[in-house]
Amino acid sequence: MSRIAACFQALQAQGKTALIPYVTAGDPHPSITVPLMHQMVEAGASIIELGVPFSDPMADGPTIQLAHERSLVHNTSLTDILAMVKEFRQTNQTTPVVLMGYLNPIEMMGYEAFAKAAQAAGVDGVLTVDLPPEEGKEVLPLFKTHGLDPIFLVAPTTPAHRMQAIAEAASGFIYYVSLKGVTGANTLDTAEVAARLKQMREYTQLPLGVGFGIKDAATAKAVGQVADAVVVGSALIKQVEATPDDHTAIIKNISGLLASMRSALDA
Amino acid sequence: MPDAAGHFGAYGGRFIAETLMEPIYQLEQAYNSLKNDPKFQAEFDYDLKHYVGRPSPLYFAERLTRELGGAKIFLKREDLNHTGAHKINNTIGQAILAKHMGKTRIIAETGAGQHGVASATIAARLGLECVVYMGAEDVKRQAPNVFRMKLLGATVVPVHSGSKTLKDALNEAMRDWVTNVDNTFYIIGTVAGPHPYPAMVRDFQSVIGREARQQILEQDGRLPDALVACVGGGSNAIGLFHPFLADESVAIYGVEAAGSGISTGKHAAPLTAGKSGVLHGNRTYLMEDDNGQIIETHSISAGLDYPGVGPEHSWLKDLGRAQYVAVTDAQAMEGFHTLTRKEGIIPALESSHAMAYVMELAPKMPKDQSIIMCLSGRGDKDINTIARLEGITL
Ligand SMILES: Cc1ncc(COP(=O)(O)O)c(C=O)c1O
Repeated sequence: MSRIAACFQALQAQGKTALIPYVTAGDPHPSITVPLMHQMVEAGASIIELGVPFSDPMADGPTIQLAHERSLVHNTSLTDILAMVKEFRQTNQTTPVVLMGYLNPIEMMGYEAFAKAAQAAGVDGVLTVDLPPEEGKEVLPLFKTHGLDPIFLVAPTTPAHRMQAIAEAASGFIYYVSLKGVTGANTLDTAEVAARLKQMREYTQLPLGVGFGIKDAATAKAVGQVADAVVVGSALIKQVEATPDDHTAIIKNISGLLASMRSALDA
Repeated sequence: MPDAAGHFGAYGGRFIAETLMEPIYQLEQAYNSLKNDPKFQAEFDYDLKHYVGRPSPLYFAERLTRELGGAKIFLKREDLNHTGAHKINNTIGQAILAKHMGKTRIIAETGAGQHGVASATIAARLGLECVVYMGAEDVKRQAPNVFRMKLLGATVVPVHSGSKTLKDALNEAMRDWVTNVDNTFYIIGTVAGPHPYPAMVRDFQSVIGREARQQILEQDGRLPDALVACVGGGSNAIGLFHPFLADESVAIYGVEAAGSGISTGKHAAPLTAGKSGVLHGNRTYLMEDDNGQIIETHSISAGLDYPGVGPEHSWLKDLGRAQYVAVTDAQAMEGFHTLTRKEGIIPALESSHAMAYVMELAPKMPKDQSIIMCLSGRGDKDINTIARLEGITL
């Protein structure tokens, strides 16, 4: 069983919702990422989504764009990020790690080379924002043969027939984007989210995560009541923005926010 | 070409976030159902004739031809279009489509500002809200066009992220579109973006080549021997080239911006010196580093300052059907002054790149042969830049 499937199975047995933090690897400095990953696990993260920075993050709002820019100041590469995952795995063999980013850095490395290296580093899933299933005929089978779960987004604009196609291409979990718009946008309608998740249930047995617009314990709790997993990104990255030069504070504030979400979800 | 999923061989396609997939399919459907609708074509043709002023002349540049001493040079005068460039052809097509789809708001990205002006123009005429994204760097160097857009009632949003040029404006327009997709139509200004944009923009711009083909047959009695056009995203170029692709005797040259020189790395010539990759919704030649990050481009011309290129050009390059060359900022300036002084036509800096290559090519060709160059736009917008480069205060 994949690490992601095992993770959800264990949570389900305990009646818990998965908490999935997103941070951009190398933001604000490559040296922070591995310690931050460990601390996030301590604070209650179930799965870690590690952003691979890209020069042109078209689907991201200002907060994550700036995180990518801060990381790219240090030329953080996909190779560097795989090395971070490998280092993380030296002391953590259970928490799944999902890389989230854009296709071009993967194309540049080469699909097969990437799939092999990611598997060897201990990556569990890959979410490629600008790769719809339609364009994945070459790369998705390679992910699968190398034990990488392809994670896909479902959007409010996704019609039923696409949900089905996405469900067929996906493994690990499916990530419902609760808003139109880019990452970091506002407002969240939980009733609508619940209705959409119910619709997705007709097509898949996979766990359903929800992200975009979750910013604190209260929104995490509200979404946690309808979703199998809660994904939080921009709200964490704002903690980096607040004290970019103080790594201790960044780790403390991100862990604090995650811990408050964890207890709200478990309450 | 392209195939049903928008692929030109290995290039093109639809590499976009899930939120945009359904809107892109809807756009494709709307375009497919309209493009063969005689009523839509009639509306488009009417506007091109009465609003844009088409057909644009094919002008035999006699003095320039004599000076260069080789092939006859014909200029396809897109600079004479309403708003001063070829951009308006495409904008009108997409705006009619937007209206048919019931959209009330249009957005656009712009580099040189020509596409922004064309979009603002058509929005004013149709009573649509218009927001134009423009790199902060370009807002500075194309000030006259920024003012024109504002006069036309558009909101111009300067984009401060990344390199502050065209690619960043495109990123920002995409973000707007993802957020406001219900009421908003995104008018992309070149043959880039996800399918169906590259094919659709090509279809709208192909009026350039269709007219030119007929005009040269009338004026010169034979097909041209060469076509030359500048390539930013590649819309004026593909517009000229496409109707000649099956004419094997016609050599095709796309001219990219070599900036300070290809060897300096400071250029905007992905077909000449780039690699294949994925950006802005399609696979194409890109300027990128070894980690797959897009690198900053450099060109004197805002409209050519783009790290990618329309996927059909990538395909034509690999096929060998078209050749892509690059000319430097300095050569483009020479092209600019030559056309201005020899023919009394002030070209856009973008088109000046095509001119510079014609100056290289024409003398090597016999006198009974001919070249059609796409004079994609007029240079009024660039006079501040030229003055600054030459140390003149206006
Ligand atoms: C006059 C003119 N020519 C050419 C271009 C380059 O665009 P394309 O390569 O799509 O024709 C521009 C773009 O702004 C332009 O304004």
